[in-house]
Amino acid sequence: MNLADHLPALQVALPLLTAPLVILLRNGFLAWLAALVASLASFGLAILLTQAVLAGGVPEYAVGGWQPPFGISLNIDGLSALMLLLVTGASSLGLAGGRLSLRRDIDNRRAPMFYGAWLIALAGLCGIAVAGDAFNVFVFMEISSLATYILIAAGRDRRALSAVFKYLIIGTIGATFYLIGVGFIYMMTGTLNFEDMALRLGEVIETRPVIIAAGFITIGLALKAAIFPLHIWLPRAYTYAPNAVTVFIAACSTKVSIYVLLRFNYGVFHGNLLGHSDLFSVFIVPLALSGILLASAIAIYQGNIKKLLAFSSVAQIGYIALAAGLATQAGLMAAQLHMFNHALAKGTLFLCVSAFVLTSRSTRISNLAGIGRRMPWTMGAFVIAGLSLIGVPGTAGFVSKWYLVVAVMSVPGWGIPLVIAIVISSLLAVVYLWKFVETAYYGTPPDGDVSAMEVPLPLRALIWFAALANIYFGLAPQLPIALAESGTGTLLGGLL
Amino acid sequence: MKLLGLFNYWVFAVLLMIGLYALISKQNLVKKIMALAIFQSAVFLFFITMSRVDGGTAPIIQAGVSGQIFSNPLPQVLILTAIVVGISTTALGLAIVVRLYEEYGTVEDNEILAMDRES
Repeated sequence: MNLADHLPALQVALPLLTAPLVILLRNGFLAWLAALVASLASFGLAILLTQAVLAGGVPEYAVGGWQPPFGISLNIDGLSALMLLLVTGASSLGLAGGRLSLRRDIDNRRAPMFYGAWLIALAGLCGIAVAGDAFNVFVFMEISSLATYILIAAGRDRRALSAVFKYLIIGTIGATFYLIGVGFIYMMTGTLNFEDMALRLGEVIETRPVIIAAGFITIGLALKAAIFPLHIWLPRAYTYAPNAVTVFIAACSTKVSIYVLLRFNYGVFHGNLLGHSDLFSVFIVPLALSGILLASAIAIYQGNIKKLLAFSSVAQIGYIALAAGLATQAGLMAAQLHMFNHALAKGTLFLCVSAFVLTSRSTRISNLAGIGRRMPWTMGAFVIAGLSLIGVPGTAGFVSKWYLVVAVMSVPGWGIPLVIAIVISSLLAVVYLWKFVETAYYGTPPDGDVSAMEVPLPLRALIWFAALANIYFGLAPQLPIALAESGTGTLLGGLL
Repeated sequence: MKLLGLFNYWVFAVLLMIGLYALISKQNLVKKIMALAIFQSAVFLFFITMSRVDGGTAPIIQAGVSGQIFSNPLPQVLILTAIVVGISTTALGLAIVVRLYEEYGTVEDNEILAMDRES
């Protein structure tokens, strides 16, 4: 075995082992640098794994040489690779772009602890994407959640604490529900390995514990993924977290829960429960639809730009859930693509917001009036990412919206109403983004000062790099499409 | 004796509901954390109960002793991990409650909510 064979394990081990080392560095800057290097190295590993998946797949990795189903296995398919790219990419973007804003938000003395927690969150999220068995997913989910609570609680505003308490309670309920579901499945099948589970569930098909397990797992993960109306923890947690942390978690943490939801409902239950896809659709599609319409409408009335974008996230999660709930090949493709594209757009938007806060020190839209004239570069990037969020042709958002509309059109009898709902919600997105863009370009700054004040050039360059990525993946979406195709194949094939 | 045979599962369900009810209805944040601990303990009990095999003993292999029936050790190992997760969650939750008390001067959820609304 050479080093390349150990990539799946390294993906988790690298950030996890760097975390204690970062804590030992008693200097904010060095800790940040070490965390950034570890995060970029993880991103590099994710790229290597993605190449390996596209070149024909990564062999199953048996931890410690113990063969599955008895040993712990790590599985990487197209969907896992997509999640790894998202998670490590969002973490690198948040750390690289968040240096200045984190220096302001976090005490220099506490900074090493903070970056340690950041890397542990990264390790946990990567772990969910690579783990091949249900219990390890639970453990990694809790590792990442506990670390994320710490990151959010580091927010300057005291409301960060009350927000994170709510998140902790709801997140733990979600994870515990998931654990109950896994317990019921283990009771019936005697296995925790996803592949093995899919095989053995066939023998105990339609027994009540399995149906109850499906219910517990779906609700638990829907809580963690903030699918409307289980999203109540999300807006405040995103709003009061440090700005750089919001870039990280808004781009990937809820998507990872959706990833597990897809893994279970399609990889495990789909082929084994009669009428599962109907039940799943009936449960998730109405929630998703109310989410995309109501959350978009609520976003219009927000006076805080971070809260506005947080409600927009709830709506976008609705799109992903809607696509996943269609239970068709096209729907799954659309769900995976939208996870990727939404992470790209939302990461860029929150990065721009963190830049606005650096200069104007406020997230209230009224205080940000005129910011577009004072920070034309950052605002330009914000507009590009906003267009991608709306789904304008030429941006990444358009690709996944297109796939979503095509997938929805094939639903017998419901195609047109669903498309109308998507169009209305996109128009609502135009409204809430325009509300901010109008204030930013045409509003008068609160103190009447319209002199230019931009963030430093490296940060501006990074913001534009992220914004151009939105256009690049809009014009050349081959990479996410190839990964989503590979992911759809393994999900609907039932077996990994 | 079917009902008694399922005694542990009944306790699991009752504990789970006590925990969930207290989580929703109690305003005191420390009580919420206690409710969360009860809620999680119920799940631990569930896993341990299902690992039990009739007439089984502790899964320890001894030299010279064979043919014994063992309880399933895997759920017990899983729950050791889950207990650690539960303790960490409780510890972090209580730490947040302490910080909340420092900032707001109260540990009542509704009072904190009222103060949040004002600001």
